[in-house]
Parts: sequence; structure tokens; C-alpha cells
Amino acid sequence: MLSYTIRRLLQLIPVLFGISLLTFSIVHAIPGDPARAILGTKATAGQIAEVREELGLNEPLVMQYVDYVKNLFQGDLGKSYLTNRDIGEEMFPYLAATAELAFVALALATFFGMNLGILSAWRQNSWLDYSAMLIALIGISMPVFWLGLLEQWVFAQELGWLPSNGRLDARTLFDPITGIYTLDALLTGNWYVFEDAWKHLVLPAVALATIPMAMIARMTRSSMLEVMRSDYIRTARAKGVSEFWIVYKHTLKNAFIPVLTIIGVQMGLLLGGAILTETIFSWPGIGRYVYEAIGTRDYQVIQSGILVIATLFVIINLIVDLLYATIDPRIQYGKE
Amino acid sequence: MPRRKHLIITLALLFILSTILAACGSSEQQADQGSTLVFGRGGDSDSLDPAQVTDGESIKVTQNLYETLVKYKKENTEVEPGLATEWEPSEDGLTWTFKLREGVKFHDGTDFNAEAVVFNFNRWMDKNNEYHKGGEFPYYGYMFGGYKGDEGHVIKSVKAMDDYTVEFTLEKPQGPFLNNLGMPAFGIASPTAVKKDPEKFGENPVGTGPFAFVEWKKEDSITLKKNTEYWDEGKPSLDRVIFRSIPDNAGRLTALKSGDIDLMDGLNPDATQSIEDDDKLSLYTRPPMNVGYLAFNTEKKPFDNVKVRQALNHAVNKEGLIKSFYNGLAEPAKNPMPPSLWGYNDEITDYEYDLDQAKKLLKEAGYEDGFKMELWAMPVPRPYMPDGKKIAEYLSADFEKLGIEVEIISMEWQTYLEKTGKGEHEAALLGWTGDNGDPDNFLYVLLDQTNAKGPDAGNIAFYKSEELHKLLSKAQGLSDKEERAKLYKEAQKVIKKDAPWVPMVHSTPPLASQSYVKGFIPHPTGSESLENVSIEK
Repeated sequence: MLSYTIRRLLQLIPVLFGISLLTFSIVHAIPGDPARAILGTKATAGQIAEVREELGLNEPLVMQYVDYVKNLFQGDLGKSYLTNRDIGEEMFPYLAATAELAFVALALATFFGMNLGILSAWRQNSWLDYSAMLIALIGISMPVFWLGLLEQWVFAQELGWLPSNGRLDARTLFDPITGIYTLDALLTGNWYVFEDAWKHLVLPAVALATIPMAMIARMTRSSMLEVMRSDYIRTARAKGVSEFWIVYKHTLKNAFIPVLTIIGVQMGLLLGGAILTETIFSWPGIGRYVYEAIGTRDYQVIQSGILVIATLFVIINLIVDLLYATIDPRIQYGKE
Repeated sequence: MPRRKHLIITLALLFILSTILAACGSSEQQADQGSTLVFGRGGDSDSLDPAQVTDGESIKVTQNLYETLVKYKKENTEVEPGLATEWEPSEDGLTWTFKLREGVKFHDGTDFNAEAVVFNFNRWMDKNNEYHKGGEFPYYGYMFGGYKGDEGHVIKSVKAMDDYTVEFTLEKPQGPFLNNLGMPAFGIASPTAVKKDPEKFGENPVGTGPFAFVEWKKEDSITLKKNTEYWDEGKPSLDRVIFRSIPDNAGRLTALKSGDIDLMDGLNPDATQSIEDDDKLSLYTRPPMNVGYLAFNTEKKPFDNVKVRQALNHAVNKEGLIKSFYNGLAEPAKNPMPPSLWGYNDEITDYEYDLDQAKKLLKEAGYEDGFKMELWAMPVPRPYMPDGKKIAEYLSADFEKLGIEVEIISMEWQTYLEKTGKGEHEAALLGWTGDNGDPDNFLYVLLDQTNAKGPDAGNIAFYKSEELHKLLSKAQGLSDKEERAKLYKEAQKVIKKDAPWVPMVHSTPPLASQSYVKGFIPHPTGSESLENVSIEK
């Protein structure tokens, strides 16, 4: 197990190296000049040339890339062209915001997705099964921005139950500690902020959870069906084990591995793919951070932002793989 | 396994305990915070150092934090006293003496005085100044002909004559000088605060304005509080102002309707009806200080022929454009500058929408059977042009009736600006939003022959008229406003005759607020101080 983990960690190096090269090339292929973006539309050619020189944009691309990687090895993600701030430092609150949103969305998606899948597998080909799968189909097909706007319209504008955007009411005074507001509210014992933060989480989390929920539901269903056909389940039934016990203990445990894979992949996708949700609900997360940087041609921010997201994605996948072994003792990575 | 169970139980207990603790915790800090206005807008600020930024979202905030020597009136761009109470240009227009307001304090408690003004100008203009840091100072360069040592730099020196008198010496007279000083970019910052950390000053802004900085949550909100020491007694009325970024226009409108925000800009023109129908909301329109235009590259065939340009002027249905794309929130443009500016020539008659007349002119020009042309369209919505590509299609429908074959070309925005600046286009859509309320800022920048050269031409028609150049240069060197206005009116006649553009529209961007927000007057420059705004519930 340990040697497997180490091997997987070592494999990360070429992967991340590849990602950094890829993002660097793509980012520099985007038309548009960061110097012009910084100076605004009224800049003169002379001013633009000067700023380009200052930012080192006139150096050959290879040199720029080498510098970039050199800095990365020192743990330096570079400085934002626009704000002149350290990206690592600047990015942290955005990451925390996305982590909070993605985590809640994933919890929702897992809970509802798995139960929906279980339900339809248990009552295969019944109206329950059909409606559960219909919900899943709608969930997959519904564009996130459409669902988000619909939610805002119904629950914020018409019913007034929930706030339509942001992480907290703008009028609320609050100094975050970790940047994960619900946690911070608990740490400081601020009940008002706790409630406010949760209210703000509901709509974007539901919007973000829909697609993964549907994926998880479908995967759970098919995986459960497969297991339910196996002999030991038939034996359990014959022994008179209660239906609930069969479903949740005997079947689910064995059906869980493929579902876990999907959950892991979805978590990675949630981190990077929250851009639309974050825009609609003005959630100040990592997706929006990178998105804004694309608008301003802030090369450093774009490439470092994507690199961080990619790294998290790879790490989450690694964790998922390691979890397999914990759940299913038959999987042993150490011995091959 | 038991170890894991313990862990889970401990975590669960911790969670329950902290929830109980939280429930007992006070929410007193959420108690009365006085009157707070939440301003919803499309994006976050880049920096809160006004001299460093060119984007509207930054200026919207800095206008409330800083003040300039002179400022614009509430509803137009006429100049009135700001941090300076009076001023006097010398006979030759080369020396300007400003008397400063006494007893004004920066938000950090330090005194505002002549030294502070000198410090700020030296920081902006001198690239070798040790506080010329934190980014570029682009607007200084645009408005005052570059920086210290550059050819064309206007300001020779700025001196403190005594504690409350400042003298500017210019290299050459500059007509728009006073108006330039009123631009938000030249807000006076606290020297003490700048010296502390010039690199990070944009995140820790200190000015003399009606509101002081509290905190900035990136991509989320910027909070300001009332400056209780503000020199203009009784102002501001609000205790706090929060600028909230909500990028999506529809989402921002939802936030307004559900009461999350009090005031918003960037309202879609087609949403105005729903605001008018709601008696809890108020609608505003910002007086136009922009122009959306179609520029012909006069160096390329067939647009080097004035008759062709005039013909196409007759082929643009401005009323139709406004109905289709601006939801009525624009006025047709006949001049390259908006009517809210002084010096506007209202006596000019526009080329009428008349395709027969257009055909006749084309025939005279020798293009009876039409020609092929490229029409460049901008890819991004701008206040003066909500949808460049659609507008190009609309125009080409009429042009094609004249036998002209139109190919619409669009590209990424920065590239578009670069290529039009080099004159690679035949005809291109573009626009301009005024900076300082001076006609020079439209006519000279956009149509004078000195700006008709690449790689960054302001005059993308590459229109060169000696006659116009004489008028505009003369006006630039005068400080008498009436004299200047006369020259600008002449200039507009010349431009109309030569038709390097089709000036299309001056748009009036709509805004909305809760009806309990009182005293908000949208300023033509696109941003305003909220010192007169109050909440009356």
C-alpha cells in the first residue's frame, strides 16, 4: 500500500509537468495582449511596449516557460499581472469558497443520487424506477445556467425564501478565518452568520449537484442491479434477511466501488466546472477567479489557477483509488 | 475498526457542541448598522488607487473615496470647486494657481494641503519618483501628453506656494486642462498612506472623500463607511456603502427584486419595462456621453471617395437601429460628440435615411453597380453598442440594397482594437465614452490627423483634414471656453461635410433602484459620488 502510494505520488510529477506545459502553451496562444488589457482601451503603443518589456513578455516563449517552471519548483505560483499580488496568497479565499460549495454539492449529489439509484434498483421496472430515472435524465440534460436562473426566479424573486447570490448578505459583518464560512461561523460561535451562510449555499449547491446526482443515481442503479443478481443475495433473501438490510448492507457495500469512482471524478469536475454556477450566483470561487483572469489576459493567474485545479483533480483521484482498498479488502495495491 | 468509530463519535460530538456554542453566541454585531446602501454591479474593481485604473468598476468606487481639485457638477461636466476653492490661469494660459480648501483631512487623520497635491502629481508624472509604483499610471499619460521628460508632456512643474496654494506651470497651454483635473483618476491620495506601501496602496486606499475604505472581499464586495470628518457638513447621509459584484445582468436584477441590493447598474434595456411596472422600484437613465459609430478607412478604396462615404451615411437607419437594439434607450447621433457636452453644434442637419439619395451619390462616385466591402464588427457588448455583429448585419441589409456586397468580420476584442488601430480594416464599428467632458476628448482624439497613424490610431477613419486640424489645434491652445466652443462648432461642420464616419447613436444606459433610495443622480461620465444619496424607508 505504502509503496503504491509513493509510486502514484511520483507519477504525479510528469502529469503535472505535462499540464503546466499544456496550459502555458494554450494560454499564450489566446489572442490579445495582457499589456493592453492592463492599460485599457485608451493606451498608446509606446505605453504597451513598455509594459510588455516590464512583464518579460518580449522574451522568447521557451525562456518564459523555463522561468515559470523554475518558480513553480520554489513553490511560487507567480504574481498576478493585474493586481501585482502573489497568486498563491490571492487564490486562497477563492479556493476555500469553491471547496465549501463543491463539498456541499457533492454531499447532496451523493446522498440523493445513491438513494435514488437504490430505490430504482430495488423496485426495478416499477413506476418508482421509471420516475427516479426520469429525474436523473432531466438532471443530466438540464443546463446548469438554466436551472440556476430558474431557482433564482422561483425561490429568491417570487417566493423570497432564499437569497439569490453571494456567500453572505452584503450587509452582514463578518471576518472569516479559514474562508469556509459555515465552519468559520461555528468557530466564532456566530449563529447569525451560520444561518446566513447556509441559506446562501442552498441554491448554488443544488444547481451544481444536479448533474453529479443524476450520474451517481444511474451508476448506483446499474451497479446495484448487477450485485442483486448474485448468488449470495439470493441466499440472504432465502434466509429471510430483511429487505432493508439486504439493500443497504449486503448489496450496497459491493456495489459501491464503481459509484465511488464516479463520485471521485465528479468531485474533480465540480472544482473546475463550477464556473457557470459561480457566475450565476456570483460565488467568488476559483472558477470565477480564473474566468475573470481570462478576460484580462492575466496569463500567470490563468495558468497557475488551472494548474492548481488540475493538481487537486489528480490528488482526489488518488485518494479515491486508495479508498477502494479500504472499502474492499480484496483490492490490494501492494502485491501484484 | 474501534479507532475509527471513536473518531467519528468525537467529530460528531464536536459538531454538536460547536452548534450549541454557536447558538449561544451573540449576533449583536449584526445589530443596527445605520443606513446601508448595497450597490450591485457587474464586476469587481481592479485597484482602488484611482491613478492606476482605467476600468469603470474601479472608478465607481474610487469616486467615493477620493476627491479631485475641481469636480464636475452633479448633472453635467461643467467644472465646480472640489478640493480647490478657486483658481486662476495666467494671461498666456501657462500658469495656473489653485487655492485649496482648508481644514480638510484624509481618512487617516493627516492634513490635506498643498504638499499633498504636489506629492501626488510628482508620483504620477515622474517615472523616477520613488513612489511611482504599484502599476502604470495610464490616465496621467493620456491626459497630459506623456510623463516627465517625454516630448509633448504638458505639466512642467507643480509647486506649493504656501500651505494652501498650488501653482501649476505648463509647457504649453492646454484647453481641457481644468476639465482634466476633475477626472476621478486624479483624486488626491494621502501621502502618508502611499509612502507606507506604494505597491499595495491600491488595496489600502486613503483619500478625503465622503466615504472611507473598510474592507474588500475580492470578486464579492467592497465596503465603505461614512467619513464622519467630511468637510461638506451634513454629508454623506448614508452610514455605509457596499459595492457588490454580481456579474450576470439577470442575476443582478433578481437580486434587486428580491431586496438583496438597493441600486444597480448594467440593466438590460429590455428589462426597463418590468422596472417601470413595479412601484417598489425606480428607473434611471444615464445622460449619454458616448458615441457609437461606423468609421470608414479613408485611405482605402472606395472609401477615399467622399461621395461613397456620404452615400453610406444616407443608408443608415438610425431610428430603426435604436428601436431594434437599444430598446429606445439611445438617441440618433449626428455629430461625433454627444449633445450633453458644451460646444455641441445642434444646427447641423444629419444625412437623412434615404436609399435613393444614396444610390444617386454612388452613381456620381462611379460605383453604380456597387462594390465589395468588409465591415468589421466588435465581438463584445459595449455601452454604446450592445451587439456589434447584429448591428453589422442590420446595416449590411440596407447596404446590399445599394448593390454593395458586405462581408462581416469579427475577431477577439483586444485583437480588434490592435488591428483597427493599425488601419487593417475597410470599415469598422467602434465607439467612445468621454473621459472629461471636454469636446477635445472626442474630436481631437477620434478625428484629428495627428491621431490618424498606427499602430494605435485614435482616428481609425485615418481621416486627414488640414482644415479640421487647424480648428482643433487652435481650440486646444485657448483657455477661453466660449472661443473654444465656437471653434468646435465649426469643426463639426467640417466633419459632417467630409463624412469620415456614420455617427450612429449616443446611448443612455439604464439603471434601477429600490424606490426608497433617494437623491441618486446618474452622471454622464459613468460614475458618481454617492454623497447625496439617502435611504428613506
